[in-house]
Amino acid sequence: MNFLRKILFMLAVALLMAMSQAAHAQSSTITIAVTTSFENSGLANMLLPQLLEDTGLEVRLVVVGTGQALKLGENGDVDVVLVHAKQAELAFIEAGHGTERIEVMYNDFILVGPADDPAGIRSVTKVTEALSLIASSQSLFSSRGDDSGTHKKEISLWALADIDAENIESDWYRSTGSGMGATLNMAAASNSYTLTDRGTWINFSNKQELELLFEDDPPLHNQYSILLINTERHPHINAEGARTFADWMTSEQGQQVIGGYRLQGEQLFQPNAGEDNGQS
Amino acid sequence: MISILDGFSEALHLLLTFDASLFEIVLLSLRVSLTAVFFSALIGLPLGALLAVLKFPGRPVLIVLINAFMGLPPVVVGLIVYLLLSRSGPLGVLGLLFTPTAMIIAQTMLITPIVASLTRQAISDLWVEYRDLLHSFDAKPWQIMKTLLWEGRLSMMTGILAGFGRAIAEVGAVMIVGGNIDHATRVLTTAIALETSKGNLGLALGLGIVLVGIAVVINILTLSVGHVVGRQTAQGQIL
Repeated sequence: MNFLRKILFMLAVALLMAMSQAAHAQSSTITIAVTTSFENSGLANMLLPQLLEDTGLEVRLVVVGTGQALKLGENGDVDVVLVHAKQAELAFIEAGHGTERIEVMYNDFILVGPADDPAGIRSVTKVTEALSLIASSQSLFSSRGDDSGTHKKEISLWALADIDAENIESDWYRSTGSGMGATLNMAAASNSYTLTDRGTWINFSNKQELELLFEDDPPLHNQYSILLINTERHPHINAEGARTFADWMTSEQGQQVIGGYRLQGEQLFQPNAGEDNGQS
Repeated sequence: MISILDGFSEALHLLLTFDASLFEIVLLSLRVSLTAVFFSALIGLPLGALLAVLKFPGRPVLIVLINAFMGLPPVVVGLIVYLLLSRSGPLGVLGLLFTPTAMIIAQTMLITPIVASLTRQAISDLWVEYRDLLHSFDAKPWQIMKTLLWEGRLSMMTGILAGFGRAIAEVGAVMIVGGNIDHATRVLTTAIALETSKGNLGLALGLGIVLVGIAVVINILTLSVGHVVGRQTAQGQIL
């Protein structure tokens, strides 16, 4: 009996000590909600140590889809948001959740699919053509279906091709309802086409039969922006840290790091802070 | 295509190289889940005993609810805790979202019904056995609960282990309230989800094997303590 009591007592003490160590927020730390594509590209591993060295700012990344990232920003659960869905971002500012939308860089989307390319999209030059071919040949297509930035982009691309993707009631169009990596895993397993950002694709290591089949068309442009949260609604957020982050990302130094990032020899992101290119 | 064997070799590699980030992740997993188990035992054991021994209005409803809550989806618990702890939620001022504490709260909510329900079942069985004896001593309800909890301690251990198993293995709740932040709230299950999403299936599987290994070690330790205690008090009732 004494033995068990001693053990229980020791356990209780140990656990309470563990509890009391719960993370304390520091003023030089900010929490950023970023999209999965940003994290999966590996750019964060380059940027964040450099940011820490230059500004002393430590960043905690919460990696979610664009929809959830905007929600976290709206609720004041993060100090800053970094996403890629222009319409949703503008609506975010419009609704007063954020005070500023700052463009920092872009990359592009690509279509990947089975190497034997049953829809024959390898030779076409317009993304609308490629999507029409996939639809008319009823080739398997895996859609994110999770209201993320990539999903929103996909819907808008189908719309450009005059196809209402949200109402496709057919077996060839599969809404996976999951992240980019999970969707790529499913596309690889089922040999289906899918739309992905280039960064995630290059970094993805379970490609199997999948190959890059279509790229380089203006509608595939993918702009990333920083959204600053409205401090009037959420006075507790680290606005100073958020500003430091935005300033550094758009500074010459930050832009150089972004442009200099290479993955397997390929440049993934084009820095474009301060340029008003009008693209989405 | 990777095979299960790749998973084992990844696991072995991680363990043999004393991978520092793996160590950090494993420690946080244990800290979060063991603390959650501690609090759920603190709540679940007395609650289970109370439901077994005392008759009061609403008791059947409470029993049904607790049994049903054993099947709570972790994502739902995560969402509820998120809504509570969000800056825009009722407990937002505490600033607990995306901390290990938030993860502990979510896992405690998730596994308390398991501990309470299994405790209630075990105590009910004992209560039938000991009822006459305890009544002849004219024992007070709290004395009855204390005695039965002590007599049934080895069965309680099964309930607590079941709770631990659920806590250490769930990903839905800790992903939402912890945020899977590197060096802050990343645990084994969220790391597995992340590596899977990157297509690093071998590494993901390796982490999974490490997780299973930890669960096995914890179970062995608990069973050994149970045997020692069982022998010390010359109790015949071993798991």
